[in-house]
Amino acid sequence: MKHLIPKNDYEPALLSVKDLRVNFQSSSIHANQSVEVIKGIDFDIYAGEKLALVGESGSGKSVTALSILQLHPPKHVSYPSGRICFQQQNLLQSSPEQLREIRGSQIAMIFQEPMTSLNPVYPIGNQLIEPLIVHQGMDKHQAKSHMIELLARTGIDKPDKRFNSFPHMLSGGQRQRVMIAMALACQPKLLIADEPTTALDVTIQAQIIELLQDLQQEFHMAILLITHDLNLVKHFADSVCVMKQGELVETASVQQLFAQPQHDYSQHLLNSQPQRLLSSEDLSPKAELLQATQIDCRFKLKSGWFQRSVDEIHAVRQVDIHLAKGETLGIVGESGSGKSTLGRCLIRLQTCQGDIMFEQQPLHQLSNKALRPLRRNFQIVFQDPYSSLSPRMTIEQIVGEGLQVHEPQLTKAQRRDKMIATLQEVDLDEEILNRYPHEFSGGQRQRIAIARALILEPKLIVLDEPTSALDVSIQKQVLALLRKLQQKHGMSYLFISHDLKTIHAISHRVMVMQQGQIVEQGETQQLFSQPQHPYTQRLLKAALFSL
Amino acid sequence: MIASPWQRAWLRFKQHKRGYFSLCLFSLLFILSLLAEILSNDQPLVVYYQQQYYFPIVNTYPETTFGGDFDTATDYTDEFIQERLTQGDNWVIYPLNPYSYDSINYTSEHPNPAPPSEQNYLGTDDTGRDVLARLIYGFRISVLFAFALTLIGTMVGILAGAIQGYFGGRTDLLFQRFIEVWSSMPELYLLIIFASLFEPSILLLLVLLSLFGWMSLSDYVRAEFLRARNMDYVMAAKALGVSNYSIILRHLLPNCMTPVITFLPFRISGAILALTSLDFLGLGVPPSTPSLGELLSQGKENIEAWWLSISTFIVLVGTLVLLIFIGEAIREAFDPKK
Repeated sequence: MKHLIPKNDYEPALLSVKDLRVNFQSSSIHANQSVEVIKGIDFDIYAGEKLALVGESGSGKSVTALSILQLHPPKHVSYPSGRICFQQQNLLQSSPEQLREIRGSQIAMIFQEPMTSLNPVYPIGNQLIEPLIVHQGMDKHQAKSHMIELLARTGIDKPDKRFNSFPHMLSGGQRQRVMIAMALACQPKLLIADEPTTALDVTIQAQIIELLQDLQQEFHMAILLITHDLNLVKHFADSVCVMKQGELVETASVQQLFAQPQHDYSQHLLNSQPQRLLSSEDLSPKAELLQATQIDCRFKLKSGWFQRSVDEIHAVRQVDIHLAKGETLGIVGESGSGKSTLGRCLIRLQTCQGDIMFEQQPLHQLSNKALRPLRRNFQIVFQDPYSSLSPRMTIEQIVGEGLQVHEPQLTKAQRRDKMIATLQEVDLDEEILNRYPHEFSGGQRQRIAIARALILEPKLIVLDEPTSALDVSIQKQVLALLRKLQQKHGMSYLFISHDLKTIHAISHRVMVMQQGQIVEQGETQQLFSQPQHPYTQRLLKAALFSL
Repeated sequence: MIASPWQRAWLRFKQHKRGYFSLCLFSLLFILSLLAEILSNDQPLVVYYQQQYYFPIVNTYPETTFGGDFDTATDYTDEFIQERLTQGDNWVIYPLNPYSYDSINYTSEHPNPAPPSEQNYLGTDDTGRDVLARLIYGFRISVLFAFALTLIGTMVGILAGAIQGYFGGRTDLLFQRFIEVWSSMPELYLLIIFASLFEPSILLLLVLLSLFGWMSLSDYVRAEFLRARNMDYVMAAKALGVSNYSIILRHLLPNCMTPVITFLPFRISGAILALTSLDFLGLGVPPSTPSLGELLSQGKENIEAWWLSISTFIVLVGTLVLLIFIGEAIREAFDPKK
């Protein structure tokens, strides 16, 4: 598939970035500080090349992309040095009119979040024909027929009908297709794709990437792909630039990078892919901890004056589930499959039908009040470490709260000792006790959230996508930490994730959920090597899974 | 240094020079107005009379103490008494402005309302009372009234908003309908009716205005609660087994205070304006009470007595502008985008 890119002296680069530096002015407490976010980077993209810009969050990859199109608010951003030459024209010194000429027609961009990149109050058609009318001077009718053709090309069914739909009537994948059609409208020479698939489900991700690949061939355009996902890079790009904290640490072809990464950081990134953390002896049978039968949960959609139920969503359908002591059960599924709801039902944070036996004790019969003392036995850790810690409480208050509820007899000093011990277990320092969540990175916050659950010595922790919001290298650390804690305390985990790799890394058994039902379950290794259900097979294929 | 979110907001507030200056100035004026009895009073601060100290501002002395004829409380504006107090070794210290809000200047050379003069720095009103003294006392009453009204309104507003927002569902539905009905009551008519039914007093005004003042805030608090109760940290607290009461108090309330605090100065300025308007219309405080609104209405009656309307206007607008600058700075300080 990969064609060779002509890199001879005769063909100049389509886009050439030289010694680019970007400063952000922040007018915060410390008046007018300027932070250097991009520290002098160079790279070239040739016509028809697929270049990937890889890095963890905060590495400056999106900043670079926005700089190319000069989309930063000029008030807060300055460029102390550097050139961004597109077809020999320095974009950094172009007038706003010249830039507008280039944006959309020569260089187009698609964004991560298809939900917010389309204006919700206009039908998508209106938004689609805009670039054609502006840049190519077409009339409405021409533009419409051209766009319908393009929509069909991006794989949207019934494009002439969809043309008049509003954004909320389309799914995430469809919206991203619309965004791609919009970007391609004027046949740009360069397409900047900023995490185009991150917000989408795995099966949709694979389709979108395939589509981009086809279109790239067809239109012979260059693509600058910005992503944190090395797997995607491997399957998509020709060459890779690895960024770290505003610096370009390595530029190489894909084969070269994956075979022989030169820079330490590239090696570190490649090694951060989660590895299986369990050995086979972990699989010995143990006593049951949790047994739930016929779990069923529906959400009623209400509307009108008297809140009549007009519709319902059947989030979890008659699910049977059991979990042994010290075992990790992975639940995998795409968004909307009901996996998070199931997790919340099991620890009774969500009302549902069905029987839940926890250590032979029926949880489903207890009132909320009667349940409270038992809650210390089953805890939960959430996906988003930014919303799961109250911003107005110190770490001491956050971690200590469970102790105040469940062990009120402890003195302040005893409580503090226990907190310090727990923080040490999650590799955090006792000095952080007086600090507030905003001072910590995502990985540290997730450790704090784990400490909050851990301090009560629970028997079960529901981990609801605990690593999805974290960078790959941090993901691996958190997974290792979870495994270490499990071995030490013999806890059971219910590990909910859409990410097959993390599930594979940590789970003893796996359940695959689709539309509220369990479609397949089994031992992790077996399920991954010999998936039976077509949906599981599709998931594994889409995740570009390679063990 | 470890800064809590509140401390950081305070630092940002201090950065906003105009707002910070306004807060300092407003606090200074308010503290001075609390000392109104010392600054502006018709009782002398200290009297030294026949080798003895007297403190008329604290104690009441009969006129006989200073050689007068009557057993009644001393009238220090009386020329005879003034003469006795200053002859020989005797001396007396008057406050900066030797009038209280209700002391009448009988010795003015001009008919009332008298223009500004040596005797009355800002002139007198139509019954001969010193305008400066009435402004100082009127400012104090306005601000104290506004503080009380804001405090009550905020408390009730937070409580109502918290209940609606946290419990949601049917509670929220019923409460919302009640608010709709309640807010459609004609507030001004009720005030007029009550003003004619009862003896007008500050307390009555406070109760009546409080009955309606909490609703606008409760909507904001409700919205904040509705948003915050779905946050993961609330779910995490529930999973820890924390009770509803604790969740509201410890987790939700601190995170829902931003609109409350942001609106505080604006609510205070609104309350000052409300009291002034009611006084202006004659529906407010009882007649002898010093009030800005009453001064304004006198200014309207005596349009040629410019010192009445202009001085009151400056005090009123100055106060409101200071409060609005403070409010602006608070809004900046709590801006989530900063």
